[in-house]
Amino acid sequence: MGNILEVAGVEKKYPGVVANRDVSLLVREGSIHAIIGENGAGKSTLMKTLYGLIRPDAGSIKVFGQEVSLKSPQDAIALGIGMVHQHFKLADNATVLENVILGGEPSRFGFVIKYEEARKKLLEIAKTYHLDIDPDESVANLGVGERQRVEIAKVLFRGAKILILDEPTAVLVPQEVTELFENLRDLVDKGLTVLFISHKLDEVLSIADDITIMRQGTTVATKKPAETNKKELAELMVGGELPKPIAGVQNISQKSILAFKDVSFSRHDGREILHNLNLELHGGEILGLAGVEGNGQSELIELIMGLLPATSGSVEVLGLDASTTPTKDIRNAGVAYIPQDRQRDGLLMSAPLWENRILGHQFATPMAKGIWVNKAAAAQDSTRVVEEFDVRTPGVNVLASALSGGNQQKFIVGRELSGKPQLIVAAQPTRGVDVGAQAIIWDHLMKARTAGAGVLLVSADLEELFSLSDRIAVIYSGSIVSILNPLKTTPEDLGLAMTGAKSA
Amino acid sequence: MKKDRIFWGTVAPLAAVVSSLLLVSIILILRGANPIEIFQVMISYGFDPRNLVSELNQTVAYYLAGVAAAIGFKMLLFNIGIDGQYRMGAFFGAVVGAAVSLPPVLHVLLIIITAMLAGGLWAAIAGYLKVRRGVSEVISNIMLNFIAAAIIAFLLGEELLGILPEGSQNVQTRPIPLSGQMPTFKMFNGEVYSFLFVAIFVGIAYWIMLNKTVFGFNLRATGLSFRAARSSGVNAPGMIFITTVLSGAIAGLVGLGTLLSDTHSYSMAFPSGFAFTGLSLALLGRNHPVGIFFAAFLWSFLERAAPVLEYEGVPPEIVIVMQGTIVLSIVIAYEVVARINLRQQQRAVGKANVDLVKESK
Repeated sequence: MGNILEVAGVEKKYPGVVANRDVSLLVREGSIHAIIGENGAGKSTLMKTLYGLIRPDAGSIKVFGQEVSLKSPQDAIALGIGMVHQHFKLADNATVLENVILGGEPSRFGFVIKYEEARKKLLEIAKTYHLDIDPDESVANLGVGERQRVEIAKVLFRGAKILILDEPTAVLVPQEVTELFENLRDLVDKGLTVLFISHKLDEVLSIADDITIMRQGTTVATKKPAETNKKELAELMVGGELPKPIAGVQNISQKSILAFKDVSFSRHDGREILHNLNLELHGGEILGLAGVEGNGQSELIELIMGLLPATSGSVEVLGLDASTTPTKDIRNAGVAYIPQDRQRDGLLMSAPLWENRILGHQFATPMAKGIWVNKAAAAQDSTRVVEEFDVRTPGVNVLASALSGGNQQKFIVGRELSGKPQLIVAAQPTRGVDVGAQAIIWDHLMKARTAGAGVLLVSADLEELFSLSDRIAVIYSGSIVSILNPLKTTPEDLGLAMTGAKSA
Repeated sequence: MKKDRIFWGTVAPLAAVVSSLLLVSIILILRGANPIEIFQVMISYGFDPRNLVSELNQTVAYYLAGVAAAIGFKMLLFNIGIDGQYRMGAFFGAVVGAAVSLPPVLHVLLIIITAMLAGGLWAAIAGYLKVRRGVSEVISNIMLNFIAAAIIAFLLGEELLGILPEGSQNVQTRPIPLSGQMPTFKMFNGEVYSFLFVAIFVGIAYWIMLNKTVFGFNLRATGLSFRAARSSGVNAPGMIFITTVLSGAIAGLVGLGTLLSDTHSYSMAFPSGFAFTGLSLALLGRNHPVGIFFAAFLWSFLERAAPVLEYEGVPPEIVIVMQGTIVLSIVIAYEVVARINLRQQQRAVGKANVDLVKESK
């Protein structure tokens, strides 16, 4: 069989970032083709391009040998390309059938929906591809695996010949993964083609016919499972060489400023996110936390900040029990927090910069004087942050929302590093910022470390982790699976640890 | 930049009033009336000293309802329960005021505190349901308005807290003795409630609390972004609860001007509808104490001037149309202004960057 999809030289640039460059991909008809890569390797950008959500700046895409230009998902659907998003797009209070036909309702005269016809077609699809779904069940009653099947049925209902699945296994428990894989096998046996994104090497090796590896926005190789192994894939994903750490004065104290002891955390729905996690951070040390996103990093951070209580075990932050101490007191004890989602967690977007300088520091001098807000001090120190961190703004009365993302981030980092914090929780501190801003932020984190502060650096950027960290802890599936020395670590060790494979 | 803010903050409500006048003019012309004449009649009647006094007294009540709504708005809360909270405040203020005898100033203070407590506690039910149970405050407050009215009707029974004065059809609470009454003062040859000063004090306290204190900062931060406030160390759910109670406490004061300076007892004749009015006024006054004051006066003025329209052959309901279109236009006007502001700032940021690049070259 020939190639159903051919991608050649696709490039996509955003201001300051190249998301995709020189991407080439050949997908055989009737195959399961996996795409693997680190966070930010450009997988999602490529998938969005194929689904018509993003228009590439250069390159060609051929479907069934025909060169196409995808302007919208409608174009993609018309060509037989369907996408199952990682976060399901279903209406909870509608039935499975209603969800499946939503947006593509078969109708009479354009407004009378032909439910019976739709039901028949859906049942036929379910039977052909062995998808276990009930058209009349309310989506609200369905579990995650069932919802995913509804999403797949939805795409098939629209006549898709090529299915794109964006990290389909990220939300599933092991049994559901097995079930999904059986479904996928069924689909390709019936002649469809599946393109699926993953970071998990075991899965990819067990299900895929072809594996394409992406790194730093481009496709680096395509392998067959029989001809490769986990080690090779991990090395391809992470790259041949890891950056060397920035040399700094090592000044690690004996004092433990952050300690996780056998910490577990379960969500309200009972799903365990963190499992018996142990971690310790000392003053004067930068501890990198590496891991594929969604392995418990966000929860770990919220536990430190007192935003979530541990289900069992203890989280000690500067001698305080974070499970019972209010966030305010943790902050006041000297913990700085650079949140991952800066616009939602780090800023008041429609407030001026000087008010944003107060945020997180409103419970102590100098930002507060008794019950009063100290506007003069806030304005003055905002000016200092703007200068020291090169925040591009005409003044401190400008609304945070008027700044670009990188400048917002510089302002947040500047704010959080004020007042000599002892512990700095930095989540993706340089995500989406340009190289110059990255250098400023790194420099300040190193200075804080030299001054004796401990830094927990949660990052998906390997260069950042290797450049700054004294130690790198790897989190997988809610536990710390290994602690690595950045000077002695090989890419494959890190890649294997991050993807859950036990190193030899 | 500050000048800009004041300029746009004034232009928007004025534009809303003008566009509403235009719309009403069209309706009047369609009815065969001369809009200029009608407006002249309204203005001369409304600014008549006798009418000004009753407008001012009405403004006091509307103003407090507006401030109560504004506190809620700062937290993205839609306090439609102002009606029930005001009733609870006025009723229990009247009951407690009539039951005790205290020296003059203390007596009035006790009534004021009772009214705020009653309004605040009533609002606390909605606050608790929202924070702990996720119930929309709109739904619970609408229910609570009905429940408040029913409870008061029940308690006003003659065997309980109500009396039926001779020659009256209206049951009411026992009258508050002289020591618990508030004087009026002479203005425009009429009697203006001295509760006006309490209202002014509330407005100033509201502004200082919101803009100068850490508490106010936390309140606004939570309203602007729940998650950012929580991450910064604010007990955000707690702030939502406290804000609800605070809004209710101010709402509890709405009926006190009338109670303390005029009727001296609560009866079923106390008007309703303060919730919608309060929300409209907070919107029109941009949650600013001075803005709300002008809005409250405008509302009282329009309502006072409405009946005279009948003599001109125009249905007085035209005033409601006017109020409605003002509120509708103001929502649009403020959104437009907000967008203009953001664009101006973004342009300023862009310009600063370009200048920096030039400098470095």
